[in-house]
Amino acid sequence: MDATERAARPPRTGIFTGWRLAAFGIALLTVVPLAVVLSAFFSPEREVWQHLADNVLPGLLANTFRLTLGVGMGVTLLGVSLAWLTAACDFPGRKFFSWALLLPLAVPAYVTAFVFVAWFDFTGPVQTWLRAAFGSSGWFPGIRSGGGAALVMTLALYPYVYLLARNAFLTQGRRALEAAQSLGHSRSEGFFRVALPMARPWIAGGLMLALMETLADFGTVAVFNYDTFTTAIYKTWFGLFSLTGASQLASILVLLVFGLILLEQLTRSRMRYTQAGRHSQAERIRLAGARGWAAAAFASAVFLAAFALPVAQLAAWTAQVAVRDLDERYLGFLGHSLSLGGIAAALTLAAALVLAYAQRRHNDPATRIMVRVATLGYAVPGPVLAVGIVIPLAYLDNQLAAAGKLLFGQNPGLLLQGTLLVMLPAYLTRFLAVGFNPVESSMQRITRSLDEAARTFGVTGVAMLRRVHLPMLRGGLFSAAALVFVDVMKEMPITLMTRPFGWDTLAVRIFEMTSEGEWERAALPSIALVAAGLLPIALLLRHTEK
Amino acid sequence: MKTLRFSALLGAAIFAFASPVLADEVVVYSARNEQLIKPLFDAYTKETGVRIKFITDKEGPLLQRLKAEGENTPADMLLTVDAGNLWEAAREGLLKPVQSKVLASNIPAHLRDPGNQWFGLSVRARTIFYNTQKVKPADLSTYEDLGSAKWKGRLCLRTSKKVYNQSLVAMMIAEHGEAKAEQAVKSWVANLATAPFPDDTKMLEAIAAGQCDAGIANTYYFGRLMEKKPGLPLGIFWPNQKENGVHVNVSGAGITKYAKHEKEALRLLEWLSSDKAQNLFADVNLEYPVNPAVKPDAVVSAWGAFRQNPLNLAKAGELQAAAVKLMDRAGYK
Repeated sequence: MDATERAARPPRTGIFTGWRLAAFGIALLTVVPLAVVLSAFFSPEREVWQHLADNVLPGLLANTFRLTLGVGMGVTLLGVSLAWLTAACDFPGRKFFSWALLLPLAVPAYVTAFVFVAWFDFTGPVQTWLRAAFGSSGWFPGIRSGGGAALVMTLALYPYVYLLARNAFLTQGRRALEAAQSLGHSRSEGFFRVALPMARPWIAGGLMLALMETLADFGTVAVFNYDTFTTAIYKTWFGLFSLTGASQLASILVLLVFGLILLEQLTRSRMRYTQAGRHSQAERIRLAGARGWAAAAFASAVFLAAFALPVAQLAAWTAQVAVRDLDERYLGFLGHSLSLGGIAAALTLAAALVLAYAQRRHNDPATRIMVRVATLGYAVPGPVLAVGIVIPLAYLDNQLAAAGKLLFGQNPGLLLQGTLLVMLPAYLTRFLAVGFNPVESSMQRITRSLDEAARTFGVTGVAMLRRVHLPMLRGGLFSAAALVFVDVMKEMPITLMTRPFGWDTLAVRIFEMTSEGEWERAALPSIALVAAGLLPIALLLRHTEK
Repeated sequence: MKTLRFSALLGAAIFAFASPVLADEVVVYSARNEQLIKPLFDAYTKETGVRIKFITDKEGPLLQRLKAEGENTPADMLLTVDAGNLWEAAREGLLKPVQSKVLASNIPAHLRDPGNQWFGLSVRARTIFYNTQKVKPADLSTYEDLGSAKWKGRLCLRTSKKVYNQSLVAMMIAEHGEAKAEQAVKSWVANLATAPFPDDTKMLEAIAAGQCDAGIANTYYFGRLMEKKPGLPLGIFWPNQKENGVHVNVSGAGITKYAKHEKEALRLLEWLSSDKAQNLFADVNLEYPVNPAVKPDAVVSAWGAFRQNPLNLAKAGELQAAAVKLMDRAGYK
């Protein structure tokens, strides 16, 4: 840290002042449910642990490791390469792909998984055709396997990396790359030595989201019957009736993710990612001839597999069931999904901004750790987090009821339950990471000298955030909002557990259908969900693309 | 900030207009999904004027919610699709025993809690299905026999993570003891043609396509599949008829310990077991009525009569954890 920077620091340095206090309040929302989950360690479940350790854990850990590694490499390769192609290069269809490649975000991963199994398993059209044509399909790789799970999760989750990495490449400016070329580096060297390292916080932010979702996932791996660490969590809870044991297992998952995050933070804490020079779009690298068509073919393949195929299959199934299932209630489901997603996105965005700004102002270990803890809700399997949220809220609700009885002589019942006052903080707890990672990485683009300059003109605090930072954070903010919007609409366990009576969303409809294995009937709410997800993505594009 | 103010306002509004406990309504927490219960509840409201409020979720989270809400829970009734979770709710002290002559006469003893805390409302039979082009019914006999050498590489199973399989194995433990049950499950695993399936429908399709020759599934999945694709070469077989009978489970309900509308909830429960409601309850999902006086749907009747296992279903709950562990040891994924 240099002298000017230190001089620019505000005089107040108490631990709980201003922005840090606000960040602390937000972190508390996540800390309480996490503490409920972690508190399970006070009641040991030796028998359960013994059984798991003896029989299933080694295999599950190996499976989890393989899946995480596969998805991690997959989303990085797909996300970064596609982001580079659409942000910095020019090839046939680039304009279309730059937004179309985001669309898989709107398709829930377990839906893609089900469509893939329906298509590529023994009974599906592909193997049936192979058997008809060649007599056997024995050589065809089994889709219900680790490879199948990793493939589908890569296709469903790469947009996180794609979206963030693309923001990075678009805002890098041309100077750094020009500097590299003037030093005699080729264009591909320029990519690996300059563009890629400069995009690191974005890529890491997107990758972290994809990995957290992979580690906490149950619905998608369940379609492949591929057992991972979360399988042990659910088995312990639903099979062995031990929520305590399940919470202990979930805690280990959370600690693991926390370790990963800290490690990533430590290795880049000394670097700066500010933009060199004015925001100027570099000249696109023209991929002529065969190279251009190869890029187009690659992008098409990803788009077809991750979006076109699942959606086409959903449309076909919907055509079969729409007559029976489609009614006027769907307007309500759609409205509920959109309004929940919208409100939760706005709230999460505000919280993410506060956290990111607090971290910028107070870049000390305590604040950094607090901020990271606040985003851990995304690493907890949904139903476990939902219980962690509902237990303290029900406690609060019961205290309120007791107070009501004392004051008015009549028990008012549970007042908070089934209201937005429960649902919104619950979503915030779950999806803060999704909102925070894009905002934080964009914040790193803004040089600190800008803050100092603003301060010299007397612009500080909220005014600085609003007038100086917000305009520069546009890309990050819209990405964050779109991601949270879509993720909230797809969310199931928290929605199921906290929604008001008779107040269903599209995701709840999907649950109603799939809980008894009626996947084809789930196509109707699924395709409605995909359509609803296009709205935030379209808004995102309008505000970030030029 | 606008949204914050908005939700604060909304919260205040809800606080101000919090509805008092209404006399003619019943609140149900249900793990049976909406399209299966709504027609039933609508019919009840039409007949009696009693309104039914309900919320659906998975069993595990519903139980935790009920537990966390404690005395103030709005729920009067818990409805699930298996006996194990009802047993667990009773063990957690979330249900209340009720005495009812109507329930006792409408529901066979083995399909309700000996302690009167929960009652089966529809029967779900888990039986054997086979490929009619490759298997003669005479080749089939019992669940356990699917582990014999002649079925090597010909068997399909659904995942052991599904509660229906956990109940089946729990009942096998109750009958044969743990050692024999484990032997049987191990022999199934050794006979598998392919990795276990995520759901019954996928498994039945695999049998029809010839990936394997036989497997175990709930009858209503078969009914639904045949309705959609009537030509599939699938046959139904009732096993263990000379032994203890076909494994059955129930979708059932109990009254919550802190029910605010206990009387209304009991009336609803009795109505659900009556001949008026039983067909509505079972037929919508091609299940069997729990009330022996009520005939199943014509499609279901066509599958033939069978003797069901008379062992009390409370065993499925009691031994569920043991069954899960057993299947883990046997390598049944």
